[in-house]
Amino acid sequence: MEEEMHTDAKIRAETGAGSSPRGPGCSLRHFACEQNLLSRPDGSASFLQGDTSVLAGVYGPAEVKVSKEIFNKATLEVILRPKIGLPGVAEKSRERLIRNTCEAVVLGTLHPRTSITVVLQVVSDAGSGAQLLACCLNAACMALVDAGVPMRALFCGVTCALDSDGTLVLDPTSKQEKEARAVLTFAVDNVERKLLMSSTKGLFSDAEFPSSAKLGPLPGSSSAWLRPRRLRNTSSASTGNRCRGVTPRAETSWGRGPLPPPPPTHPLQPEANQRPSLASRSYGLM
Amino acid sequence: MAEAASVAAECLAGCRARGARSVLGQVVLPGEELLLPEQEDAEGPGGAGERPLSLNAGARSRVRVICGPGLRRCGDRLLVTKCGRLRHKEPGGGGGGVYWVDSQQKRYVPVKGDHVIGIVTAKSGDIFKVDVGGSEPASLSYLSFEGATKRNRPNVQVGDLIYGQFVVANKDMEPEMVCIDSCGRANGMGVIGQDGLLFKVTLGLIRKLLAPDCEIIQEVGKLYPLEIVFGMNGRIWVKAKTIQQTLILANILEACEHMTSDQRKQIFSRLAES
Repeated sequence: MEEEMHTDAKIRAETGAGSSPRGPGCSLRHFACEQNLLSRPDGSASFLQGDTSVLAGVYGPAEVKVSKEIFNKATLEVILRPKIGLPGVAEKSRERLIRNTCEAVVLGTLHPRTSITVVLQVVSDAGSGAQLLACCLNAACMALVDAGVPMRALFCGVTCALDSDGTLVLDPTSKQEKEARAVLTFAVDNVERKLLMSSTKGLFSDAEFPSSAKLGPLPGSSSAWLRPRRLRNTSSASTGNRCRGVTPRAETSWGRGPLPPPPPTHPLQPEANQRPSLASRSYGLM
Repeated sequence: MAEAASVAAECLAGCRARGARSVLGQVVLPGEELLLPEQEDAEGPGGAGERPLSLNAGARSRVRVICGPGLRRCGDRLLVTKCGRLRHKEPGGGGGGVYWVDSQQKRYVPVKGDHVIGIVTAKSGDIFKVDVGGSEPASLSYLSFEGATKRNRPNVQVGDLIYGQFVVANKDMEPEMVCIDSCGRANGMGVIGQDGLLFKVTLGLIRKLLAPDCEIIQEVGKLYPLEIVFGMNGRIWVKAKTIQQTLILANILEACEHMTSDQRKQIFSRLAES
């Protein structure tokens, strides 16, 4: 027990470090969050992670157009605006992932026929899509908390990169991302460390994907259909066929249905070289 | 030693429920589960050997606990849904009291019995549509004013300010408000007079100002003579003799959310001199 506390303290000490000295795949770069900085929205937050910074505003529960209203729960909308240019297909795809994650966590049934709108503006971008998604998820969660929207859990977003020799690097810089074999972004909740959303790009095998033992039980009882579509990636990896131009992507988001029955107590295995408790990391700020 | 191990296990697991009594006054996060006091005693450490023998083997003595804003019932436990400090109020009579989470919010959600300030946005037939800051405009019947009859209609125009209370306010129906109490008297409700200034503050500040022994209101009252109306939907209407005084009062009330009491006293003394 004392050794675990010591490791925890060591991991926490490394969290505040700048971009350079990092332990082998077990520390995040400097991150910061500020809430309630905008006066117009009901909730707002600014999240800074490494070189990426996103500003989020939440309006709700507010009036909804009759065409968009849902009779028994709130309509959740996410709008993501890039730093330069008009929003395109990539922004639409990220909006959908963020919306699905938020819908899994927000108690929409308490406010039927209303709308909850999350507006995200990218303030600074290191040029990496995966980092941006994780930062947007964190900013959205902080803004929802600031607005007082009822939620059944908090969630955090995290990016990791898999090297060619299989080492997992958390919170990679753009350089590490470009050289990595696969980049994975996850959204994890704080109650039972369940996976809410995963977005992957690249080639990796089944064993390298964080298994249920490391993350906690998957939501719902039917974990069979919840396996992400990795077969394409593994087959191309085994034939040694790495297409540089086309990187296989797999995006899955698992919504959470009604609260699952409390699972049997499941001891988490803190592995010092792989995945320290991520969910608790994002609450280092609060 | 056993307690330290259980605390460490709690920190690592993060999903073990904590007793509600032990977290009173602390910040709680959405997703946490809280155990009510009688469950805590049954499940506490060393409970196995020391549980009192109950005559009725199956039944547990149920204390009726009211679950306030920010908390939801989840089986036998309370699930926290908003971020804030956990509070508890002891019951007057029997029962277990009320638990709630003190959280900060700007957006108002209609609650039955709340007194609010609304702005009349439309008049359609016998109903006024009143904007109260929620997701839907509330409806106000013209007969819900003191002394109103079908012949004697109240003089309410679009754009007027109304102070009333909700009689119907739930998530499934459109909110309805009235300007009379249960005895048919106005009791201060109705159309708010001419002039004055309406401004918006956070809901937490309103609750603080409406607390029984709030110093801010007493100090403000000593500065200038004024009329003030607080709506639980975050709206305050204030009127003083001159426009300048009204603006000063509005600025003070908006700012006092973020000031300590010393800073406030400084400002009041400076204003009293000038």
